[in-house]
Amino acid sequence: MKSLRSYAILYLIFLYAPIALLPIFAFNDATIIAFPLSGFTTQWFTELPQIPALIDSVKNSLYIAVITSILSTLLGICAARAAAKYSFRFKRPIMGFIMVPLVLPEIIVAVSLLVILLQLGLSLGAWTVIMGHVLICTPFCIAILNSAFQNLDSAMEEAAIDLGETPWSTFRLVTLPLVSPAIISALLISFTISLDEFIIAFFLTGTEPTLPVYLWSQLRFPARIPVVMALGTILVAGSILLLILAEMMRRRGLRRAGLQDKGGFL
Amino acid sequence: MLVQLVGMGAPLAILNTESKKGLALVGAPLGYVVLMLAVPLAAILLISFWTQDFQTFDTTPTLNNYREAVTDPLYRELLFRSIRIAGLVTLVTVLLAFPVAYFISFHVAPERKSLWLFLITIPFWTSYLIRVFLWKVILGFNGVINSGLQTVGIIDEPLTFILYNANAVVITLAHAFAPFAILPIFVALEKIDRSLLEASQDLGENRVSTFFRVTLPLAMPGVVAAVLIVFIPTIGDYVTPRLVGGPDGLMIANMIQVQFLRLNNAPMGATLAVIAMLSVSLIALLFVALNRRFLRGSR
Repeated sequence: MKSLRSYAILYLIFLYAPIALLPIFAFNDATIIAFPLSGFTTQWFTELPQIPALIDSVKNSLYIAVITSILSTLLGICAARAAAKYSFRFKRPIMGFIMVPLVLPEIIVAVSLLVILLQLGLSLGAWTVIMGHVLICTPFCIAILNSAFQNLDSAMEEAAIDLGETPWSTFRLVTLPLVSPAIISALLISFTISLDEFIIAFFLTGTEPTLPVYLWSQLRFPARIPVVMALGTILVAGSILLLILAEMMRRRGLRRAGLQDKGGFL
Repeated sequence: MLVQLVGMGAPLAILNTESKKGLALVGAPLGYVVLMLAVPLAAILLISFWTQDFQTFDTTPTLNNYREAVTDPLYRELLFRSIRIAGLVTLVTVLLAFPVAYFISFHVAPERKSLWLFLITIPFWTSYLIRVFLWKVILGFNGVINSGLQTVGIIDEPLTFILYNANAVVITLAHAFAPFAILPIFVALEKIDRSLLEASQDLGENRVSTFFRVTLPLAMPGVVAAVLIVFIPTIGDYVTPRLVGGPDGLMIANMIQVQFLRLNNAPMGATLAVIAMLSVSLIALLFVALNRRFLRGSR
């Protein structure tokens, strides 16, 4: 089975090749993105804070990502809790329907929202991007939260009720602490997705670009590419950090529930 | 009679309150999806029967857009090309992903499986735009592959068949959708009862025939899920064809964007979106139907 193992490692190299190149070119002292490398520089990184349009787009993106992650995690909690605790009519089709944005091409989500917003005469802006982002982030949140709520031992909640707690205080004192790692993990994942999302933002952002929309506009200018590489390096490093945090949270949640780790997100 | 009624009524009542609580809780996310997805999709369908009249819509229902979409060779070519590229991407992605999922499920120690899965998902979560752009850098005329191969002396002239065409789109998308293919296949493989494989070998099958007659059929639900979850979003991809596709690699999503944002012809864009969705759904249903003997009894 050695060949299978080396294939898997080759596959990992294929997966990581693009992001491994990112820092190499970000620190390369040349405006052309090609080998051979010419020299080491941090110039591209120091240029970053001096671009006002970039700073604005970062602020805009952070604002959108924070609100999106809160809203989609809240919706995800409702759906995951309902799916785990209650049986109701049309449960399977309803849950399936809520997960649809996960597989729908993003351009379809984007243009259909655009059409309806323009028909209603609403102006485009951060809120319209948030509307679209919540739609595509909620299924990911549900996927993460589902296992946490499913693994919840209902005997603990019943015990709390028997001991005189109200349903709300039971939720706050018993349920929430048990699922909070999954909630944090869902917040982080939806934040990351929103921060990176391009298509929906591209269609719905109006005059204030998000960071990916700004990046897209810069890709046309060869002279700006090294700066884009530097920015990309920071972005990728940030995403990886957030993901490691989310993964640690997910594992802590599994340990709290006393369960065996069976695999990643999704 | 009374006893019977009470006996039937009590669980029904419980069921009803439970059903109500569940529906109330699921109401918020459901309402959101209806409002933000179902209603807009219905609007797209409606508008696809309208026509653009300078700044306003002519709301007389007509099939003109559909007629134009199926007769105009440009639209037809883009649609068929999108289906072809998405199909190719799906094939390549799933074929490349299967051995990896198999390796993690069968040959990685249980406590290290989640680390492998985590490693596979990390690149997927990092900026999509930047990843696609880096493929342009890797595959380009002066790119990593060409300058590398030239330095080593394997080629004299840069290879041109790897950028600004459909090949580049396939490579880039196969990279982007890797975890989408690996995860469902991995889950299906994990569910396989290992004693079935032992039984097969005890009964005289060798490793290869055990794989094809036991493992693969049992993993098919995962493969089907992987195919669908790669194929459906791929057909609507916009960034990859735009950045690495060149003129011959453009896909239907690029035309939908042009209709909406450049030509200001939302009805035509809506029509193309509807046609793309319909073709995707049809192909997906056909695929599921062809594989239904593997899917039966899987849940």
